[in-house]
Amino acid sequence: MGRQIPLVEYLVLGEEPHLEANECSSCGARYFDRRNACASCGGTGFHKAPIDSEGVLRAFTIVSMAAPGIPVPFVASVIDCGGTSVRANVINTTPDPEHVKLGMKVRLATYVVGADDDGTEAVGFGFEPLEEPDGA
Amino acid sequence: MARDDVWILGIHMTKFGKHPNLDTVDLAAEAALAALADGGVSMKDMGVLAAGNLMGAANGIGQQLQKQIGQTGIPVYNVANACATGATALRTAVMAIKAGECELGLAVGVEKLAGAGLLGGGGRPKSDRNVYEPHGRYGSVATIDGRVGTETMPGVFAQVGMEYGHKHGGATFELFARISEKNHSHSTLNPLAAYSKKMTLDQIMGDVMIAYPNTRPMCSANCDGAAAAVVVSGEKLKTLDPTQRRRAVKVSASVLTTDPWEEACQVLPDVNTLTRQAASQAYEQSGVSPEDLDLVELHDCFATAELVHYDNLGLCAEGEAVPFFESGATWRDGRTPVNVSGGLESKGHPIAATGIANIWEVCHHLREEAGDRQIEGATVGLAHVIGLGSACGVHVLERAAA
Repeated sequence: MGRQIPLVEYLVLGEEPHLEANECSSCGARYFDRRNACASCGGTGFHKAPIDSEGVLRAFTIVSMAAPGIPVPFVASVIDCGGTSVRANVINTTPDPEHVKLGMKVRLATYVVGADDDGTEAVGFGFEPLEEPDGA
Repeated sequence: MARDDVWILGIHMTKFGKHPNLDTVDLAAEAALAALADGGVSMKDMGVLAAGNLMGAANGIGQQLQKQIGQTGIPVYNVANACATGATALRTAVMAIKAGECELGLAVGVEKLAGAGLLGGGGRPKSDRNVYEPHGRYGSVATIDGRVGTETMPGVFAQVGMEYGHKHGGATFELFARISEKNHSHSTLNPLAAYSKKMTLDQIMGDVMIAYPNTRPMCSANCDGAAAAVVVSGEKLKTLDPTQRRRAVKVSASVLTTDPWEEACQVLPDVNTLTRQAASQAYEQSGVSPEDLDLVELHDCFATAELVHYDNLGLCAEGEAVPFFESGATWRDGRTPVNVSGGLESKGHPIAATGIANIWEVCHHLREEAGDRQIEGATVGLAHVIGLGSACGVHVLERAAA
């Protein structure tokens, strides 16, 4: 297997892939991108905070029209991971309203997005259902 | 000397739709000249010009417009504030008058958007050789829109509506489609709407899915259009003739907000808190309460957005937007008619024009000049727009003797 790198820097690969936020050391607000100062309190100190890999689907949409190169339909969503909101696709499920339900439990999963000309693979993430709908 | 008494003296919107033979300056000029004529004034009377054109934000639409309709040396503010650009232009002119810098001002918003397709969700520059290198604030090695959720507007606002449903229940695909059915039905009375075709619930639900639960007719219609307003201080208005005074509409509140930090606001844009704050400031400024409103033009950029704004604007009790809609309250014969113009879903959404066009609609009802659409006896109305980024404009307008 060739080298792998994460699709985004806040995805930490390894034995147990997980997401990691920049947490404001003053007020605890969390950000997935790099920050100059905290948008909530203005603090400038940040540290890394691991994010729960299980969560609850708080909002979703099934996108049928997207930019070229993005396979559709896909499920875009907001997941509540232990009080931190995460934007991610719901993956490893049929993308229709019968299989994707508000309030369903999901967990982080990774997949290979593609490879570059050097053979380096980009690893992306999404959240997959923890159980089948209706407990089936 | 600061003043707090500002009125709309003249206002105009062009027909919304496709204008292949008119450029942004033509459309802006048409709206501006007609708003000046409607107010019985000319460019020579204006002390300030605020103009917005989002897609050409670097081009100085204000100065371009002056070259076509009058270069009088007044200050020009070119504004850009996403879908709240028009409201921001109006607010800029209102502020100049409130500050006592001038007596009369002109605000214009214009956009050419017919056939623009999906908005939002920027891509990445292409290079000859594809080698992954972390890029930007997320350190991403490839496009994240579509792989890490969606940044397209239909998808963002679909989630906003679904989130409301998750929290309060009852927000089904069919319910959102019925909101769209209402607005398309209202549009049949609006000759200036881009689309004025009644649509059945089956047609709406069976149309092309863009981002569940928003089908194509549940999304705002990209189109061309312009709108302009002339504002005047109360003091100056008193010196004008009785017809001008009779038709003037009082700007009882003019508010602009951005979204304050909330958990999740950077993951899914928070269109709620800034709207709630704008609405409460507007009610406080005007002394008007939601029950007093005879009509509301709110930012139904998607059917899913309209639902949450019933709640955000305080038109119903918190969490009660679904039963509020189901009661029929927001149809034109209901207690609080919403988007009697047809809204963005059918009237159309030429971005920078929208924030003035919704005020045009409210003003016409307050002046009893809304023709077949007239809400009888309307004396107070509210206009709301939101732009992602975020910005929210709320104006409360009243018919009152000057």
